[in-house]
Amino acid sequence: MDWSTTIATTVAALLTLAVFSFLYKDNPFYKFAEHLMVGVSAGYWLLILAYTVVLPKIITPLKAGKWYYIIPTILGMLMWARLTRKWSWISRYPLAFYIGVSTGVAIPLEMKAKIIEQLNGSVDLVTTMYSAQAGGMTIVNNILILVGIIAGLIYFFFSKAHTGATGGIAKFGIGVLMIGFGASFGFTVMARVSLLIERLQFLLFDWLRWY
Amino acid sequence: MKLAEKMFAIDRRWVYLALGLAVLISLKIPFSIPIPISKEARNIYNFVDTLKAGDAIHLAIDYDPSTLAELHPMTLSILKQCFEKKIKVVITSLKETGPAMTAAVIDTAVARHFARTGERIKNGVDYVFLGYKPYPILIILGMGQNYRIPFPADYFNTPLDSLPMMAKIRNYDNVKAVLNISGTAATDYWIAYGNGRYKVPLAIGVTGVMATDYYPYLQSGQIFGILGGLKGAAEYETLVGTPGKAVQGMKVQMVAHLIIIVFIIIGNIGYFAQRKKRELSA
Repeated sequence: MDWSTTIATTVAALLTLAVFSFLYKDNPFYKFAEHLMVGVSAGYWLLILAYTVVLPKIITPLKAGKWYYIIPTILGMLMWARLTRKWSWISRYPLAFYIGVSTGVAIPLEMKAKIIEQLNGSVDLVTTMYSAQAGGMTIVNNILILVGIIAGLIYFFFSKAHTGATGGIAKFGIGVLMIGFGASFGFTVMARVSLLIERLQFLLFDWLRWY
Repeated sequence: MKLAEKMFAIDRRWVYLALGLAVLISLKIPFSIPIPISKEARNIYNFVDTLKAGDAIHLAIDYDPSTLAELHPMTLSILKQCFEKKIKVVITSLKETGPAMTAAVIDTAVARHFARTGERIKNGVDYVFLGYKPYPILIILGMGQNYRIPFPADYFNTPLDSLPMMAKIRNYDNVKAVLNISGTAATDYWIAYGNGRYKVPLAIGVTGVMATDYYPYLQSGQIFGILGGLKGAAEYETLVGTPGKAVQGMKVQMVAHLIIIVFIIIGNIGYFAQRKKRELSA
């Protein structure tokens, strides 16, 4: 390992230890690492946006004589009007334009991907049960998913009191939801432990070279 | 103080210490655990494995260093498989703090391939790294029309038209699939705007926290495979035959989970003992 890599790895290792020190209690080393990370991220982000937006989307086109680029530039600059109480109303114009365009682009595709395709998927559960290739486990799984979907939806159906049969199904629905939350929690624990493992792998193997 | 009360009142720093030591020790002890391969991970592997040399895929690396623990092993394994099968890879990074890290992970994959096979993987010929542009939805929609709209030049500022690999690649019609490795909402965008708008086949590798949110898309056929967290990464490392940090991490995960379960049991014993005491004194 060359000197520059060694120095960079050592700095990263010391910063990792500084962050870990918060597990004992708050301290100046942790504060330093935290502030450094926020500062470096903000600076990095600023430069990335300068080089991917301001230069290629404003400066370069304007220099090339494409004057119509001044329109989105002005719209963008009007957003800054929010910083003054007197002129903040002006920022509603670029915001209205931005939200209008975004909504127009997003609604049809989000609706298709997250509602229509999901409904199709649920209907497919029924149709695949009758297909020739459907095995015993497929049928059982599909029935379970279908019952889970219906029970879960009924739990969120508040137009009818959750009593009697509706209450029973809603209770089953909340059980299904809890299983879902449990799976999410399990994955989340795995994710957090993964972060710890990776940092310790880094400290042990990349920094200390303790194989 | 009785034992049950002491169990309930354990200082959380002891829990951290126990977990840290368990992870450290199990990292150093040589043992392995079986990594069963899920259908959704095998789907991705089989898809890439059945592609022909010269086919292209789009690898969307939409994460940054905060989630690399889980996602780097996926990226490295997929790149290994692609480079070995001579599959061209179009790479993007739609997370603002991700492009430098992405460039580094590509370099690592290229260097590892060279060390393994002696073959040089060339930028512009075997892979193209387009870099980052803001507003991922617009970028995903733009690439569906022509990669050159959002990315007239690649990450290294080389015009796309001068890169040999991009000569036959105009948009998603010219790539066999998009593999999205993500720790951000970009996965939602790829599902809604990449697959939803352009019907490009899509598979995803996501962090453990995100994984359960995306299984419904697998069932509906909007994605054809999913790698979830370190487990998914370990599965892919096993599939490509190069057990690495993810496979090593899974044995540590097992020990860490056992420790967590022990502490949950201790906490519950303490809780119920205290509740019983309260009931008796009431």
